[in-house]
Amino acid sequence: MRFALTLLAALALPTLSPAQTQPDPADWPAVTAQADGQTVYWHAWGGSTATNDFIGWVADRAGEMGVDLRHVKLTDTADAVGVVVNELQAGVTEGGSVDMIWINGANFASMKRENLLFGPFAEQLPNWRYVDVDGKGVLTDFTVPTEGFESPWAMAQLVFVHDSARVETPPTSAAKLLEWAQANPGRFTYPQPPDFLGTTFLKQMLIELTDDPARLSEPVGDDYDDVTFILWDYLDQLQPLLWRQGRAYPESGPRQFQLINDGEVDIAISFSPGEATTAIGNFELPESVRTYVLDGGTIGNASFVAIPVNANAKAGAMVVADILLSPEAQARAQDPAVLGYGTVLDMAKLSPEDRAVFDALDLGIATLTPTQLGTALPEPHPTWATRLADDWVARYGVAD
Amino acid sequence: MLRPLPLLTTLVLVGPVLFGLIGSILPASGLLMQSAETPFATALSWPGLPRALAISILSGVLSTLGALAVATLILAGWHGTRAFAVLERALSPLLAVPHAAAALGLAFLVSPSGWIFRIPANLLGWDRAPDLLILGDPWGLSLTAGLIAKETPFLLLMMLAAMGQADAGPRMAIARSLGQGRVAAWLKAVFPTIYAQVRLPVLVVLVFGMTNVDVAIILGPSTPTTLAVQVTRWMTDPDLAARAVAAAGGLILFAATLAVLALWWLGERAIGSVGRAWVWSGIGLPDRAARGVGLTLAGGSAAMVLAGLAALAVWSVAARWAFPDMLPEALTWRSWMRFGPDMAQTALTTLGLAVTATAVSLLLVIGCLEAEVRHGLSLGQRALWLLYLPLLVPQVTFLPGLQLLPLTLGIGPSIWLVLAGHIVFVLPYVFLSLQGPFRAWDGRLARVAAGLGTSQNRVLWRLRLPMLVSPVLTAVAVGMAVSIGQYLTTLLLGGGRVTTLVTEAVALSSGGDRRAIGVWGLGQAVAALLPFALALGVPAIVFRNRRGLRHV
Repeated sequence: MRFALTLLAALALPTLSPAQTQPDPADWPAVTAQADGQTVYWHAWGGSTATNDFIGWVADRAGEMGVDLRHVKLTDTADAVGVVVNELQAGVTEGGSVDMIWINGANFASMKRENLLFGPFAEQLPNWRYVDVDGKGVLTDFTVPTEGFESPWAMAQLVFVHDSARVETPPTSAAKLLEWAQANPGRFTYPQPPDFLGTTFLKQMLIELTDDPARLSEPVGDDYDDVTFILWDYLDQLQPLLWRQGRAYPESGPRQFQLINDGEVDIAISFSPGEATTAIGNFELPESVRTYVLDGGTIGNASFVAIPVNANAKAGAMVVADILLSPEAQARAQDPAVLGYGTVLDMAKLSPEDRAVFDALDLGIATLTPTQLGTALPEPHPTWATRLADDWVARYGVAD
Repeated sequence: MLRPLPLLTTLVLVGPVLFGLIGSILPASGLLMQSAETPFATALSWPGLPRALAISILSGVLSTLGALAVATLILAGWHGTRAFAVLERALSPLLAVPHAAAALGLAFLVSPSGWIFRIPANLLGWDRAPDLLILGDPWGLSLTAGLIAKETPFLLLMMLAAMGQADAGPRMAIARSLGQGRVAAWLKAVFPTIYAQVRLPVLVVLVFGMTNVDVAIILGPSTPTTLAVQVTRWMTDPDLAARAVAAAGGLILFAATLAVLALWWLGERAIGSVGRAWVWSGIGLPDRAARGVGLTLAGGSAAMVLAGLAALAVWSVAARWAFPDMLPEALTWRSWMRFGPDMAQTALTTLGLAVTATAVSLLLVIGCLEAEVRHGLSLGQRALWLLYLPLLVPQVTFLPGLQLLPLTLGIGPSIWLVLAGHIVFVLPYVFLSLQGPFRAWDGRLARVAAGLGTSQNRVLWRLRLPMLVSPVLTAVAVGMAVSIGQYLTTLLLGGGRVTTLVTEAVALSSGGDRRAIGVWGLGQAVAALLPFALALGVPAIVFRNRRGLRHV
């Protein structure tokens, strides 16, 4: 046995770098100096080819600063959380393998609660001065204060995607959606919770249906059944009218786009207002597809990047987080030909030249203007997402 | 020099599995992670458990029986015919096709908006796909069908590798002369020998069928999923306590696997005695029907997988392509431009890993087998079971624990660890492929050579290995295909930093961009295909004037 261990050990060359001094976010020149030559492993969801291409572009920018950015493509953000947890369990408190995570919501809440994050660093980043701190709600993440432990890089808002060639007047409320489904059985579905988009649909419907949306900003309590009763009642009516009578669900957001393109459903949901336009450009959706929001507004939130407490290249990761906040990167992310993500920056804080770049963006045929999107509704406390997803699985996710 | 090799090989195989199991058992019993209180109780109280376990077992057992039946029928009914040669050529590449790519191709083919349904859609003018639950049916039948299509070539190739030693010609001649039909004669006279040689591959197929993750995600049900998929979900749950539940779930799946293996063993006995009675009874089989069924099933599954791959190929060059068009509006190289360069680079890493892992495994395996010949250092039947541990213990049971082991030694994820992990899985397959032919090689040839003054080394290099070049190359091809297909191993031991074609393809499959999947899936298929082309082509050239060694 010992022999096998030695063999394993011999095969694995030592890869952990020697301990480095913790970078001080306030001393930015020192951060960039330390970052030069570092390799940053950014663990980010790899399911969208448009996002992957954008991260590749960010890597080119990072290369100019001497930072070698590598995209570790995840199928689920929790994988990265798991790596950090495992490493810390094994006593790897420095030189860990995850340098940066694309994160928000429950993953952030749990990492912050367990003290798995490095920081605070976000508000010391040079480009933080452009961030729309008041208007975009980037100081909280699903009601949990970010406190500088994660840096925002994109805004997301729930939009409904429909094929205008098949749906003339799309349903703009929970009640209308049910009516529409009754008239068009089998033509709507949503990603299967606990997929984050599917769970967001549950939260959106709960906000639509409940009398007291403000209750959702507090953690789940004993009144959970009373608050959510109306949602389950609604879903019980909706389920048999779904695609495949609710006996199967698409596993992710982009998979629904495939279903629209395949003529299997007519309405889908997306958490990125520009995603549909980008998908049309990539031949993934018919040209007749448009987006809309509900009459009462839809949920919005920010995407963040965070640095694990045992990250190997914290300085490099901060440099990348800062690049993500740069007007150049933000304008590129908002370009529907690239990504179509909303910016986290405040136009009023930008220089006229930078603002002109944003103004010149053609948002595309299927993207709503900020006015049409309206003010995003706040995310409920993360405990609701977890509880709703668990409950959904118990009710609809295990058959019989 | 050869003496330590059997022990070393066993340690390389068993050590990681044992450590991985310990790494799973501790958190599952609530020891390693404080946050999880009662992982087993939590896993057992998951409402989907009975159904998920039932689907896992059902799809595993049915797909193994199906693949074994199809491979047997086609070999019994058609071995040595022209149709068989054609079919073999069509089926062998399917073995190399990555599971995920084959499954995604199949999914497009059979879904209500897929290629098959688009034919009536065009004829009858449907503008909407029918709302039928074909993929992801609650009992996992599409999953089972997909697994049969994918595992049949594997078993067929394994059986073919064993054919050279089965003495099929004379046995068939005798059985036929006793009035048996072709299929019945083969089943009675040849099958028992063949099955004895491919028994472990069959069990490996059984375990894989019960515990695979990638095929089950694509073709299997989702309300609930198979247990292996659910374990993977728990492993990636944001709630950290769920990891312990995942470990518990993995152990439950492991227990179920052991139970099924035991039942399979009993089934083997039962069929053995029934079969013996059947052999003596002299009762035959409807030969023509059996041959027809075999050819239809094998040809059908080959056609389905190949058509699925063709669909992926078309998707990789498709511009806009919506329902119900049979073909895209236009063709474009855009997807290849976009994903091709990245893929070529990843393909190099993938092949490098596969070649190295296979070379190391081959060295160890030939060393072990030769040590057995020279020193009588046989591993024995019980030790042999240990040797197959990595294939018979579900990956989702011990890989998470295995990820912790190197970390406790201060070794971070690296390509060397991934290589070591690949060897753990490649080695048994190489062993499985090679041991039968190697042991069955006629030892009298060695005695004659020794009598003529030839050294043992010379016998190995000039006699045994050249005569066994066909099974050796098959073993290499299988080993490389296994390495190229390693998903969880690469992901967990590489900490996500080591990207291979399969990790990229599976990451993409969650997004469902068929164009990207087409490019990456085809790239992976080609990478795994090359060794098989060599395994078939080289013996044909080397033995062009040695008819008896061609085995085909």
